[in-house]
Amino acid sequence: MTVKPIYTFPKSLEKKNTHYCPGCHHGIVHRLIAELIDEMNLLEKTVIVWPVGCSVLGYEYLKTDGVEAAHGRAPAMATGIKRASPDSFVISYQGDGDLASIGMAEIAHAAARGEKITVVFINNTNYGMTGGQMAPTTLVGQKTTTSPYGRDPNVCGYPIRVSEMLATLEGPAYIARAAVNKPARIVQAKKFLRKAFNAQLKGLGFSMVEFLSACPIQWHMTPIEALNRIEKELIPYYPLGEFKVKEGVE
Amino acid sequence: MSEKIFMKGAEALAEAVIRSGCRLFFGYPITPQNETPEYFSRKLPLIGGTYLQAESEVAAINMVYGAACAGKRVFTSTSSPGFSLMQEGISYISGSNVPAVVANIVRGGPGLGDIQPAQSDYFQATKGGGHGDYHLIVLAPSTVQEVVDLVPVAFDLADKYRMVVELFLDGILGQMMEAVEFKYDIKPEDLPEKPWVTTGAKGRSKNVITSLDLRPEGLEKINLALKEKYKEIEEKEKRWEEYKCDDIEYLIVAFGTTGRIVKSVVDELREEGIKVGLFRPITLWPFPYKELAAFIDKVKFFLDVEMNLGQMLEDVNLAVKDKKPVYFYGRTGGMVPTVDEIKEFFKKKLEEVK
Repeated sequence: MTVKPIYTFPKSLEKKNTHYCPGCHHGIVHRLIAELIDEMNLLEKTVIVWPVGCSVLGYEYLKTDGVEAAHGRAPAMATGIKRASPDSFVISYQGDGDLASIGMAEIAHAAARGEKITVVFINNTNYGMTGGQMAPTTLVGQKTTTSPYGRDPNVCGYPIRVSEMLATLEGPAYIARAAVNKPARIVQAKKFLRKAFNAQLKGLGFSMVEFLSACPIQWHMTPIEALNRIEKELIPYYPLGEFKVKEGVE
Repeated sequence: MSEKIFMKGAEALAEAVIRSGCRLFFGYPITPQNETPEYFSRKLPLIGGTYLQAESEVAAINMVYGAACAGKRVFTSTSSPGFSLMQEGISYISGSNVPAVVANIVRGGPGLGDIQPAQSDYFQATKGGGHGDYHLIVLAPSTVQEVVDLVPVAFDLADKYRMVVELFLDGILGQMMEAVEFKYDIKPEDLPEKPWVTTGAKGRSKNVITSLDLRPEGLEKINLALKEKYKEIEEKEKRWEEYKCDDIEYLIVAFGTTGRIVKSVVDELREEGIKVGLFRPITLWPFPYKELAAFIDKVKFFLDVEMNLGQMLEDVNLAVKDKKPVYFYGRTGGMVPTVDEIKEFFKKKLEEVK
């Protein structure tokens, strides 16, 4: 009797320890990317643009080609790579400060152009790397190091639902929001990400999956409490699902 | 190919870029350089190239960065306020050791300034406009033909040293029409492969392009390697022109459009029997210090003329080291010095030293 492996270490993932904090979700999302690169045989054509933020060293953890962008500019850099090398499979990996604040112009215009890139958007409702400051995605009332009394909408407005906003544009082929706080959600997230990858491979346009991600250290929570916060606080404001599915995306 | 074509400088610049084997342009509209991107937008789609109007100069330079990482020749042009916005990207490209060519069609500043020709971005070009210890190779042509001749040089230098090369022009060079000759037509497919590109790890392990090294001892090493590269460039790549400098008693230093104006100044003063010549730096960085200093013993004084309030003047002073007087005449804010006013200033100084 032969034993059939049902779970192996992804070939596209480097076997090394990451610098991510305990309970952080970057590792899960890296792994999902690596699994899909393996399953879809994309290693030889993938380039990942890594952002300024916690995942700034992401190129250390995947075996794909990697470039490191300036803060917020990853979609512009990804655009340059894709236009210069249309056969490459280009991913722009970004956090919420990077994408929804300093890089809002770059992400919105890459989406509007229907740029044939895939964006992996990690939304953990704060600036994790710099020490937990308020982000454009920080929920009303959420305490951070720069909103110590809780985010006050009279002073700093309301958190941005990026996926819904970009889905109003014609350029995107696929936009979805996922979470990875439960096994079933991880399965769903991978399905969304596969569709996003396919949208690029089929040349249908811009694709993005937003991941609601835990940041236990900056949230001052245990990893389990952080998983629960995603369920109880984040998902009600940032609903999961698909916001744009152009014909042909599968 | 060897016939002369009557072209506007801004369009000759674009044609020269295409003939240098570049098929990628990313940029954002700004006066006075719009004829350059407009030319690309007409020509590039017809020859399998990409013209892409970015959402800002900030995005444009990062698109340039991405395309450069993919190993292709890539170009952007802009004018002063836009060039300021590009400094972030230029610093990253410099820190990552990838090649790119950028043109700054300099206009009056600071701030929004005006749209007339100026040379007031000399400090920004030569002393590092962005953050960190880095240099650009800066080429300053003075005629449309020289623009055409220097563009392929810019791309070759960028590829050779894996760095940003800046073409430092001004609105006069962009708007002036002159007869030009293109002696080259390089095809992108004939350019050598770049082994360091990030287009997918096919048949090799991954390539990574980054300007990041969080370990100070690692980052210092990267900076020292850049320093070695810059030293080699300072030794090998300086360019300058000496005009009527064989028997001189006075030397005028000027670059770009001002250099061209000063040629007429030299011609007219020589008709009056004054032994004066022009020293015209073509590479603003690396600056030809030694070559300029070689005139210290031959001349009674130096006169530096610029379309700013004395920026190259600092480099001229570094070369001359107080061994002879260095005078300065400049117009700024988009004003262009005339031959007559430079002559008048020169003669005033001549009287003073007598």
